[in-house]
Amino acid sequence: MFGYYLSLGLRSLRRNPVLTALMVFGIALGIAASMTSLTVFRLMGSDPIPWKSDRLHVVQLDNWDVNQAYDEENGRLPDQLSYLDATALIAAGRADRQVAMYKVVLPVQPANDAGGPEVKPYLMLGRATYSDFFPMFEPPFRYGGPWSREQDDAKARVTVLTQTTNEKLFGGADSTGKTVRFDGVDYTVVGVLDRWQPRIKYFDLTVGALTEPEEAFIPFTTAIDLRAQSSGNNSCFKTPAPGWDGFLASDCIWIQFWVQLDTPAREAEYKNFLDAYVMEQKKLGRFERPLATLLPDVNEWIALQEVVSRDVEIQVGLAFAFLAVCLVNTVGLLLAKFMRKRGEIGLRRALGASRGQLFTQHLIEAGVVGISGGIVGLALTGLGLMGVRALYSEFQAITELDWTMVAVTLLLSVLSATLAGLFPTWHACRVQPASQLKTQ
Amino acid sequence: MELRPILSALMRSRVALVLLGLQIALTLAIVCNSLFIISERAALMARPSGMNEADTVILASIGFGADFDMKRAMADDLAMLRALPGVVEAAPINSVPMSNGGWSSGLSLTREQKTSSAYSAMYFSDDHGLDALGARLIAGRLFRPDELGERSRKTEGWPPVIIITRALGDKLWPGQDAIGKTVWLDTDSAPSTVIGIVDRLQAPWVHNDEVVEFATLLPEVINEGAFTRYVVRSAPGQRDAVLKAAEAKLAALNSSRIVREGKTVEKIRADAYSGDRAMMIILGVVIVSLLIITALGIVGMASFWVTQRTRQIGTRRALGATRGAILRYFLVENFVITSIGLLLGAGLAYGFNVWLIQNYQTAAMPWYYVPTGCLSLWLLGQLAVLGPARRASRVPPAMATRSI
Repeated sequence: MFGYYLSLGLRSLRRNPVLTALMVFGIALGIAASMTSLTVFRLMGSDPIPWKSDRLHVVQLDNWDVNQAYDEENGRLPDQLSYLDATALIAAGRADRQVAMYKVVLPVQPANDAGGPEVKPYLMLGRATYSDFFPMFEPPFRYGGPWSREQDDAKARVTVLTQTTNEKLFGGADSTGKTVRFDGVDYTVVGVLDRWQPRIKYFDLTVGALTEPEEAFIPFTTAIDLRAQSSGNNSCFKTPAPGWDGFLASDCIWIQFWVQLDTPAREAEYKNFLDAYVMEQKKLGRFERPLATLLPDVNEWIALQEVVSRDVEIQVGLAFAFLAVCLVNTVGLLLAKFMRKRGEIGLRRALGASRGQLFTQHLIEAGVVGISGGIVGLALTGLGLMGVRALYSEFQAITELDWTMVAVTLLLSVLSATLAGLFPTWHACRVQPASQLKTQ
Repeated sequence: MELRPILSALMRSRVALVLLGLQIALTLAIVCNSLFIISERAALMARPSGMNEADTVILASIGFGADFDMKRAMADDLAMLRALPGVVEAAPINSVPMSNGGWSSGLSLTREQKTSSAYSAMYFSDDHGLDALGARLIAGRLFRPDELGERSRKTEGWPPVIIITRALGDKLWPGQDAIGKTVWLDTDSAPSTVIGIVDRLQAPWVHNDEVVEFATLLPEVINEGAFTRYVVRSAPGQRDAVLKAAEAKLAALNSSRIVREGKTVEKIRADAYSGDRAMMIILGVVIVSLLIITALGIVGMASFWVTQRTRQIGTRRALGATRGAILRYFLVENFVITSIGLLLGAGLAYGFNVWLIQNYQTAAMPWYYVPTGCLSLWLLGQLAVLGPARRASRVPPAMATRSI
């Protein structure tokens, strides 16, 4: 029966190609608009590390000016820590894992006689961090592994390269144990990462969510030892004392601090520890603002830092309003179409077709419109994403249509067309056979 | 033209009426708000930065290795850049307008106050800085060579003389002449005196309404680390040649450094506003597609009605109605439907605007958006229905006697 209804539906749709094309095109446009904006929305707002996002927490303390809040408008706490607090919390080591980190600029001077490709000196962004970074954020290793905690303590000159850097400097060969020179200092390669592209760079949102991860990692302690300045955001509420040591001793914030807490009990424990730490510091004359500490997890952090931009939110809202217009349009056109078939429906009713059968038949017809709309819509979504990539350079690599989205698109399309077909179908099936036959 | 028969005919197909009306209402609401957002972004992008954008380029250099002599390198670079053919002026600077990265600091009017009177972008440059930017001094004087200093982490205190933008002067001393006034950059050290006013010079953060027009120029060159940035203004039309030559010569001058960020200020502006531009284009596409969809919906629905009513139209024609009368009937019918939709749509449009105001701190939509939108949609409706209506008017009177 399904096959028969399908062929009936197709024949009926073929009878008014213009009307059918209008319906398909309408649904397709609506689907394309909403899917394009949803893909961007999903990309920005979804959990980048779902298997442990509730165990990774940012540490937020309020060491800001007693007279002026860090964020007067929204009441948010500072998003980074001072060197004083970061090193104190690392030294206390009360979390299951902890990492203090910041972004550094590393001029690379490749040793071109080392067998690698010929490379001119270039500038690279690096991340100064602790060995816990690797088990916490779980970048995959291709060769070697992280440096050790002992090497953290020893300010060792070791580095973990990303795949692209290893490609550039060593032609992709296993470079562990080899030496690289950053800013006049030699580092030993201990590990090389595999391709690692977290959808958003949640572990450091201070310079944009869509920037790529840094190209090499060095120990935090080594970077401090070499006086490597942060190339991320540095915020101060008062001018620090002169010199590097003055800067380290200041309340300027420039360090991202994350902890891993494996159970809710550990989380509560750590929160208490932080409160106690701040109270202790208050005795020393620091932390003059009211006590405030926060431990947002990955998803809370993404929401707090407004990773999903307002423009994207407005676009999603608009896209769904747009889809609504397209659906209303389709309902109207389907209605027009089914109304025209009143005579035929009356005839089929008179010949013994039940309402249920007619209902099924017309829903299938609407469904066919939906599937066609979905397929055309999918193609248009592809175009839309190409447009988004052209408009927003930072979305370059990542706005690819994934298969879940394809399935959602098709489902949404069939569902919306069936929904759109529901009313006209109901309307058409209410037809009294006699009345229709009479007017013929 | 009698409205009554039209209305009673419409009442017989209420559902279609509601659907079409709803579609027109949503279209009006979305189009008005999208147009308003577009106009807001356009206004944002139209603000001048205060510098010569057409002829200016930015270059950066970062040295490496322990024996890199920053001070020497900078002196050599500047001498080379200023002598380069086609260069009008060149200067070291820490940041430039619209670049989205820089130094900001609070300014206080008195030593005692706890919170700053205003926040301002800090531009550190030498006595050539203002001229290299192409910004216009409207009062006071430029820095003199003997006022120049250096800034590093070891520097204590702040320079005795500064130049500020007019907007910052008006904020700090409303209605007064800012020249000669003093202001504290740090209440723990000596105050600085304003010696010059720049007509306009934007901060690097164009999306921060608080500070965007507030900038302070300091006669200090940053000498810390190995990073320097230069602003180079060329003679009109020679920008691209100057950029290429400057990049090549900087790289040749000193081999223990990397030259990067050779960028025109036009590119910096395009990058700063790329999000706004993208939003404008996306909204533009939404508006056009919506209008197309709605017009097609009207065409589809009107065609259906014409087909459905062929016999009635024939009857009217047989009873003496002119072709013009039939045409008018469909035009008026569309006008009625559109008007009902627009009435609902006006409410939706304002509702959507209120939602945007509450959630995204946008401004209120000026009153003329909705009336203009209504006019356009009336016109669109009439144009869309014209085809089917003309087809209706061509139905021969003999149709009355035929069965369908």
